[in-house]
Amino acid sequence: MQNTERYSRHLNLTGFGLAAQQKLQQAKVLVIGAGGLGCPVLQYLTAAGVGVIGIADDDVVSLSNLQRQVLYSVDDLGLLKAQQAAERLRRLNPEIIIHAHLQKVDSSNALELLEKYDLVVDGTDNFASRYLINDACVLLGKPLVFAAVYQYEGQLAVFNVPGRGGIKTSYRDLFPTPPKASEAPDCNAAGVLGVLPGIMGIMQATEVIKLIAGIGDPLSNQLLTYNALSSESYTIQISPNAQAKAHTPKDAAEFRQTDYEWLCSPGTRAMPVIDKLTFEQYKSDPSALILDVREFGEWPQASFPHLQIPLNSLKGEFRKLEKDKIIVFCQSGKRSAAAAALLQEHFGDSKEIYTLAGGITALENNLYE
Amino acid sequence: MNLTIKAFGNLTEIIGTAEVELEARDSASLQAALVQRFPQLRDRKFAIAVNKQLITENTDFKEQDVVALLPPFSGG
Repeated sequence: MQNTERYSRHLNLTGFGLAAQQKLQQAKVLVIGAGGLGCPVLQYLTAAGVGVIGIADDDVVSLSNLQRQVLYSVDDLGLLKAQQAAERLRRLNPEIIIHAHLQKVDSSNALELLEKYDLVVDGTDNFASRYLINDACVLLGKPLVFAAVYQYEGQLAVFNVPGRGGIKTSYRDLFPTPPKASEAPDCNAAGVLGVLPGIMGIMQATEVIKLIAGIGDPLSNQLLTYNALSSESYTIQISPNAQAKAHTPKDAAEFRQTDYEWLCSPGTRAMPVIDKLTFEQYKSDPSALILDVREFGEWPQASFPHLQIPLNSLKGEFRKLEKDKIIVFCQSGKRSAAAAALLQEHFGDSKEIYTLAGGITALENNLYE
Repeated sequence: MNLTIKAFGNLTEIIGTAEVELEARDSASLQAALVQRFPQLRDRKFAIAVNKQLITENTDFKEQDVVALLPPFSGG
């Protein structure tokens, strides 16, 4: 029996009450990604008394996370997010079960993991994970509560849940195939207003609670875009797209064989990635140019000779790259991979192009970014 | 047809504003006109909604239609 005092504001709430609260207690929800979106989702689902909560994340806490990932403190730096989040959430609500899944969710383990839960929340930060989670949910028929952010704007949707007329849609009905790295700049490159994933995460938690409790109208077959600067939202209706079916794996076997990392960044995979030690050697190679593709003012600044051209303006600056070897780096290795793909597209085999694994963060070998 | 184009996410940066007026007969000719006026859009992936309804094939416009250009976001 649940603690009636803890949930008294739900129990007293007209249209909610004991029946809805018991549904929450019986529900199993998997939150993938315990970052900007995942933190508020986890906090509110834990507080609301969802019976079993899974947290899947293989990343560790870094200082630049604390601007928006509100479950963590400076004591957590360098520690696994899923583990630290689980510990903190258990103190918030010891009456529920919390599982921390510390492995990266990929096509080899996703189906087995998702099967254990009734509903999935996507709080990840990259297209490879988003398409992987979407396809797994389509194959398993699991409701998926999706959110994503860009600078001051957020997207929210509920997939795989029948709306009016019994129709259900997925992320692939909206965007049948992933963009190339050059077609969609990532969050690190673009920055994000700290409160925005908080707002979108709370909206995700709201949709989860609505779906479980069976109240209101869930956002199925719709995409809501929220703009924090104008405080406006814009909601469109999604209808089934013939291309979606064509691009979704047909069955579990096809899913397991799909390489989502490659699918979401074609061209960047063959790019030679170099480690810290090899990078050190190129610093003194006169035929090598070290290229920083971060925005101006990003910290830490490189303490070695380099040229800085932010990724967004790289296309117009190719003529500045005169040397035969170009070693690209950024903060984490993501933008440099996109930049290397652009360079390879432009220069072909006329130059050797390398990208530094893990970015300047790895170089500094410092979790405090 | 006279259309109001609403841009979202990074498309706003390319178009330079969140809203622009354009003329086009159907969604295919709109896409061509957009790429001609904003060449960077050629490399971008986005969904198109007409009067808040996603379209998945070439669609004829009516006068004063509102066309939203929605890129995928990946951040979290």
